[in-house]
Amino acid sequence: MDKNKKKEPLIHITKRKEISRSREWAIRLGSILIALIVCAIITTLTTHLNPLSVYASMWEGSFGSERKMWALSKELSILLMVSVALAPSFKMKFWNLGGEGQVLAGVLATSACMITLGGKIDNAPLILMSLVTALIAGAVWAFIPAFFRAKWNTNETLFTLMMNYVATQIVAYFIIRWESPKGSGKVGIINSNTEAGWLPYVAGKQYLLVVLVAIVVTILMYIYLKYSKQGYELSVVGESENTARYVGINVGKVIMRTLIVTGLVCGLTGFLLVAATDHTITTTLAGGRGFLGVMVAWLAHFNPIGMVLSGLLIVFMSRGASEISTAFGLNRSFGDIITGIILFFVIGSEFFINYKVHFRKSGKEAADA
Amino acid sequence: MLSFLITFIPRAIVQSVPLLLGCVGETLNEKSGSLNLGIPGVMYVGGISGVIGAFLYEQSAGENFNAFLGILIPMLSCLVGALLMGLLFCFLTVTLRANQNVTGLAMTTFGVGIGNFFGGSIIKLTGSDVPSITLSITSKAFTTKLPFAASTGAFGKLLLDYSFLTYVAIAIALITAYVLRKTRLGLELRAVGENPATADAAGININRYKYYSICIGCMIAGLGGLYYVMDYASGVWSNDAFGDRGWLAIALVIFSVWRPNWAALESLLFGGLYILYLYIPTGTDFAVKELYKMLPYMATILMLIFISLKNKHENQPPEGLGLPYFREDR
Repeated sequence: MDKNKKKEPLIHITKRKEISRSREWAIRLGSILIALIVCAIITTLTTHLNPLSVYASMWEGSFGSERKMWALSKELSILLMVSVALAPSFKMKFWNLGGEGQVLAGVLATSACMITLGGKIDNAPLILMSLVTALIAGAVWAFIPAFFRAKWNTNETLFTLMMNYVATQIVAYFIIRWESPKGSGKVGIINSNTEAGWLPYVAGKQYLLVVLVAIVVTILMYIYLKYSKQGYELSVVGESENTARYVGINVGKVIMRTLIVTGLVCGLTGFLLVAATDHTITTTLAGGRGFLGVMVAWLAHFNPIGMVLSGLLIVFMSRGASEISTAFGLNRSFGDIITGIILFFVIGSEFFINYKVHFRKSGKEAADA
Repeated sequence: MLSFLITFIPRAIVQSVPLLLGCVGETLNEKSGSLNLGIPGVMYVGGISGVIGAFLYEQSAGENFNAFLGILIPMLSCLVGALLMGLLFCFLTVTLRANQNVTGLAMTTFGVGIGNFFGGSIIKLTGSDVPSITLSITSKAFTTKLPFAASTGAFGKLLLDYSFLTYVAIAIALITAYVLRKTRLGLELRAVGENPATADAAGININRYKYYSICIGCMIAGLGGLYYVMDYASGVWSNDAFGDRGWLAIALVIFSVWRPNWAALESLLFGGLYILYLYIPTGTDFAVKELYKMLPYMATILMLIFISLKNKHENQPPEGLGLPYFREDR
């Protein structure tokens, strides 16, 4: 034997060339299963509850009644829209963590229209005007960091992150300007008597319109990313800016255009949050969806259709967890812990999809080989 | 004016310490090429771990409370909690090469959840009969000050009248700055963050550097959470009270252009900006105060734009920031 030969390491990792769909999903579902088992163990250890009954009531909390199903669909739709909005940015490797602020911009614009113009003009033009201003507000909020990124390569991850808090404080300012009743520090239901600017119920269901819009937006975004020239350009920029430049794509223009698309959809989401579902404005109306949306979009590999599944997983976990927190008298934050654990496992499982782990063969096997 | 400064600066400093510790921790992370967006979560976990340690000790010690143990136990449990979060981040992003942004955001969700869950239910879980978590004895041990400081006039009030963690924080910032800029260790760490492939070729063990810097960074950031609960909040844990300070710490990293020694001064500015709205005479117009609260973030955005406009090499974020490293990927 060659004495100078270095010992082979115990674990050796290589990148997989390809992996079959079924194998990929087996790994993914396996990781979710392990995560659920870990969550069950943690639940039992901290609360001494039977984990099976905890999961049963989570299921009950999400799908238990028609009302709960609607609440779940509404949550899923809103989260899905934010995720879909972020998809083109991320596909371009533009780390847009500003979904929160971009949605809030839409929320603010819609509320401004409803509060200042409610009762002064007819409902149809009021809704139209809210929609248009919300779209513009979202687009502007996303465009600002994109502009600096395109012109001077300003770090977009940190810029978009900071824009969230600027938006939050502007909203906080206007909430105090518009507060009602005075001194309460909140706005309450906007136009609760006249329902001016409220979107009408479709087929008697409050949330049906939101669900429909989300479906349409998701399909359109799928087509935009997969079949349009712009979608192709942004994926080239995402793969390699130098390649994009070489083939004559104006990288700066693509960055700004893509972020406007993202901002438009975020603005639309903000519009729906005020005009269709919540009818109020708070600084937390976006509810962390700008961040959750990042994870939903990433888990689905930026495929809008796949986001329906990853979004459902997240929404199911959080709705279910809020159900158990009331049912078992737990703190509401228990849901965040469960969601976190599942995310860790799914994030970790990506490694086993992309890479292959080889263990060192034992001496005999190596000699045979 | 002088009397205003004497009341304002100490309060700004108390605000600035959690930001400084979070910032130094995040700087260490970023210098190794890891954009750890889980720092807000790590700070929550650090805070609540310290609270749990202190709570258990106070409950078991009763009358025989020993100030030294009363500080040591919360501190150790805080460091262990933050270390575990750091190991989690390392394992996912370094060993399993997961996306840093996604992992970090998940860690923030998780960490804030841990903080609020245990903060809200530790009393129920341990079956004790106290109405709320008020660790006044432990907090008193933490905030012990030099006995003569308060009586030394303006000078003493401005410089000496703080708890020991304040000085620890400043020392940590200065030591980190020194290690990063003046030692071989720091040089190699920066090489890992700038260009892991080159560092690897030079024989530097990339993963070991990343593990150490991320874990140590997280422990430092965790101390920020502990300081907040024990010093600032006088031992009272209330859910979500820590607020967005974790994100502000990340903003401070940029604002200090990745230099912990600058951060030691600039955290004071941030702390001041954070509470400035309390001192600006706006009369009854509370709305304007909300606008003042966005000053730290605006300052950070301007700094980001400024450093990208100047485009000076040493002021840029580490080049490998946010990218996982796989030797065979080249």
